Amino acid sequence: MRMPLLSSHAAYVAAVLTMVGVSYAKDLTYTLPEESSTLRPESGVERAQNNCVTCHSVDYINTQPPNRGKAFWVAEITKMIKVYHAPINDADAMAIADYLAKTY
Amino acid sequence: MRVQIPKKVSFNQRAREETKIMMNKRSLLSGAGGAFAGAALAKLSQPFAAYADDTTSLPFANGDRSLVRYPGKRPLIRLTSRPPQLETPFSVFNEGVVTPNDAFFVRYHLADIPLSIDPDAFRIEVKGKVDSQLSLSLSDLKTGFEPVEIVAVNQCSGNGRGFFEPRVAGGQLASGAMGNARWRGVPLKAILDKAGVQAGSRQVTFNGLDKPVLPETPDFVKALDIEHARDNEVMIAFAMNGEELPWLNGYPVRLVVPGYYGTYWVKHLNEITVIDSVFDGFWMKTAYRIPDNNCACTEPGKAAAATVPIERFDVRSFITNLADGAKVNAKNETLIKGIAFDGGYGITEVSLSSDEGQNWSAAKLGPDLGRYSFREWQTAVRLPAGKHELKVRAINRIGQSQPMAPLWNPTGYMRNVVETVRVQAG
Repeated sequence: MRMPLLSSHAAYVAAVLTMVGVSYAKDLTYTLPEESSTLRPESGVERAQNNCVTCHSVDYINTQPPNRGKAFWVAEITKMIKVYHAPINDADAMAIADYLAKTY
Repeated sequence: MRVQIPKKVSFNQRAREETKIMMNKRSLLSGAGGAFAGAALAKLSQPFAAYADDTTSLPFANGDRSLVRYPGKRPLIRLTSRPPQLETPFSVFNEGVVTPNDAFFVRYHLADIPLSIDPDAFRIEVKGKVDSQLSLSLSDLKTGFEPVEIVAVNQCSGNGRGFFEPRVAGGQLASGAMGNARWRGVPLKAILDKAGVQAGSRQVTFNGLDKPVLPETPDFVKALDIEHARDNEVMIAFAMNGEELPWLNGYPVRLVVPGYYGTYWVKHLNEITVIDSVFDGFWMKTAYRIPDNNCACTEPGKAAAATVPIERFDVRSFITNLADGAKVNAKNETLIKGIAFDGGYGITEVSLSSDEGQNWSAAKLGPDLGRYSFREWQTAVRLPAGKHELKVRAINRIGQSQPMAPLWNPTGYMRNVVETVRVQAG
């Protein structure tokens, strides 16, 4: 009989493909290069690392204009919390502002 | 063990092929006569000039950047890696009037960008205040409508932000967050007409596959007025310079809004919604706004009294064949060439000054590729031995031009000062 033969053949093929893990998805994929930037080491870096990298790489920080002072960084952190809803508590926010102001 | 079928990796595979070709060319170079030939060619051809570990220095404080090769791209100036923001090295603009796909700048806002797309399953939903909702496949888009083409500049609102004084927060870009491409696609009007826009509609909103990391962060959604959306120029593009859109430039489709800043050119576009109100999402109501006055400017350091959404490009022009600090021959005439563009009225005049802006002479304009395109220009001047400041200024069809001194605004948008290149003749 043809039908059982066909279906057992199909099952065999499927089993083999499953074993080798062939994917039938037609997705195109894209691979981003790895992140390589790091925050400048200074006291307070851990809090910045723990909070800031949730949503973006640290080159967002590293490339900002230098020596802009604490008000500049407080404004940025405030924007992250108020606008983008970053869950940063007050103590961390102040510590991160201090770290960024003295390090960048 | 996991075997990937070729179709699944075609973008990366293409990039690998390009890398292989590149490696072969490099082997050829080193085989063909050593460092001198290699260095000479490197000057001629950007792809050879920069590798992943190369760095460049943009001409403002803290301007050191890595040049990084992303799949499908030549090495570009990396501003940020997550989400990716890549600036085009300025020398690319001297290669030709159309910016190659592999050199076109990249700008995302939110880090959950699509890294896997099934082009057969991809749909653009058209909904809201329409008579019939649509769910368009790529095949529907490519075969169900009359395609159109336009050559148009895309430019980031913050192109040149790094030059603002006093410096402002945001992406610290030199002048490479712009590019000119031939876009092919379907007029948004044709799609809206097919869906049937209902009376009383005011705006159309656009959303793409990119998403925020935190669900509370405002998704990147932009809006155009209904009249603008139906002007027959705003386009859903599926091809760029005769090829599929590069992944990082919005594969498989993006909105093209000729003459308008890149913020409206939503990438990976998959959701179009007609609304009967003015959209009040963060990226329209709060972000991407400029001072509500004729110069889009404020006193340096001051906030604007009132703001409006950023819209059309202002007039810009650049010298592309001489970099700052270049040495030229005082005995011969020096060829000076470059590009100019505006928000769509069309460039009518470009002039050059070689005496710090005292005297100006008209440059010869290149072929007209349409009023949204870069317009090439060139001229020749004899520069006596010594230092010279070359300045270029363009005027558009309605008489708009460029200021001699930079204007300032708190967000670092719309830089369009007359640019200066300092050269040494000898």
